[in-house]
Amino acid sequence: MGVLLEVKNLGISFGGLRAVDGLNMTINEGALVGLIGPNGAGKTTAFNMLTGVYRPTDGTIMLDGKSLVGKKPAEICQEGVARTFQNIRLFTQMSVLDNVKAALHNSIKYNLATSFLHLPAYFAKEKEMDEEALKILKIFELDSFADTNASNLPYGKQRKLEIARALATNPKLLLLDEPAAGMNPNETKELMDTIELIRKEFKVTILLIEHDMKLVSGICEYLYVLNFGTELAHGTPSEVLNDPRVVKAYLGE
Amino acid sequence: MSLINAILEQLLNGLRTGSIYALIALGYTMVYGIAKMINFAHGDIIMVGAYTLYVCVSLLHLHPILAVVITILVCALLGVVIEKIAYKPLRQAPPLAVLITAIGVSYLLQNLALLIFKATPIPFASIIKVPSIKIGGVHVSGLTIVTLIVTTISMILLTLFINKTKAGRAMRAVSEDKGAAELMGVNVNQTISITFAVGSALAAVAGVLFIAQYETLLPTLGALPGIKAFVAAVLGGIGSIPGAMLGGLILGIIESLAKAYISTQLSDAIVFSVLVIVLLVKPSGLLGKMKIEKV
Repeated sequence: MGVLLEVKNLGISFGGLRAVDGLNMTINEGALVGLIGPNGAGKTTAFNMLTGVYRPTDGTIMLDGKSLVGKKPAEICQEGVARTFQNIRLFTQMSVLDNVKAALHNSIKYNLATSFLHLPAYFAKEKEMDEEALKILKIFELDSFADTNASNLPYGKQRKLEIARALATNPKLLLLDEPAAGMNPNETKELMDTIELIRKEFKVTILLIEHDMKLVSGICEYLYVLNFGTELAHGTPSEVLNDPRVVKAYLGE
Repeated sequence: MSLINAILEQLLNGLRTGSIYALIALGYTMVYGIAKMINFAHGDIIMVGAYTLYVCVSLLHLHPILAVVITILVCALLGVVIEKIAYKPLRQAPPLAVLITAIGVSYLLQNLALLIFKATPIPFASIIKVPSIKIGGVHVSGLTIVTLIVTTISMILLTLFINKTKAGRAMRAVSEDKGAAELMGVNVNQTISITFAVGSALAAVAGVLFIAQYETLLPTLGALPGIKAFVAAVLGGIGSIPGAMLGGLILGIIESLAKAYISTQLSDAIVFSVLVIVLLVKPSGLLGKMKIEKV
């Protein structure tokens, strides 16, 4: 298994605030890695740099040997990085099916003239999109909700749909930003199964931000810990969670 | 019987004007939905459309259908170019800067027309030559028939485009959450360009129908229908596509009935009063959705 993501000395400043400083990460293909740390440690900021929402002030991000720094979010998405959000950001006024189809934007193409004139290619491509989207929804057991408005789904299913939508972009690297936030223990358990399922069904590497230590120690193979924007520790879950520095950062003296 | 017939005729007139307003209002509402800005130059696209049609038909003697196609293409292109040159650099700017720029573009277009075609009104006979018909004693002009058919077809095509195609889906995604759409690989710049092109193409169709009704070219001819269509878009709920269609039709009918039965001079005042009343009762417009900010 080769290295998929290599982050070196990544940093960003907002005015005088150093939000992330000197972050190094090496993630192998097919791995499931956690990024943890107290609130305000810079975890989501790191995700925003990986996906092109923010442009890092220094450091490099290499995905499969290609630099991602300076690329736009849509380009980075095409390179194979997809994400979910801490506070769910579905297209709430669109159907579940359309949410996934919107993310198929780049994988199945047809041009404007085809859309306007409803040429045969239009029907063929739309059918292909429908099938592809339904296939993904079926894996997440959301296919029976295809025509439901995304905002009408229960919370846990909205989280699932967000992951399904991200996977529809056919990513090499999937970034999950606090997937268990706001979930009850049952939903969290279900989420862990979903993540297992994703690894089985899609050839995808996962990096996730999470506060739920049961989830983190239960499924992650490797952890990076951020505190005040700098890397505090990294290692296997048992190493990291027993590290006195990590305990101190979370619980204080 | 003749009173009912007269009212029916006024209603039809109202539907004709109203459907033109609706076509223009669609452009306002689509651009607002996607770029969160009021494109005040939108009304002047109608004027450019009317002049383009005049140049094609009266000066170049092209076939009317070819002339209409050229008009639509010119306006769609103009919409895209305006967005690229004037609005795109201001994407991150405060809304006030964008608003003032839009007004600036509006004046620029009007004055360019003034420079090229001078201030004297140019008479321009309607290119729509369809005989009027009588349905059960009600006189329906050919122009009304053509206007209603053309606007209905345009609206059906637009609805299909937005709901059933990839570009339409991208438009809906961008208008809901630009950031998330971008992160899902949607090309936001291209989607905004398509929105301006489609909105301006609809304005061109409206321009052709409008000039067939008024038969006089003036550099400022787009201003009044532009502002009325904006009112229609707000009345229906800005950002809502069915709202723009409904708002346009309601506005046209009220205007037409007010002109016929209350006072020609007061008709505009009545139209705007309706807007004030609707917004007092329902601030988000008839079909607009109230946004509840979650904290």
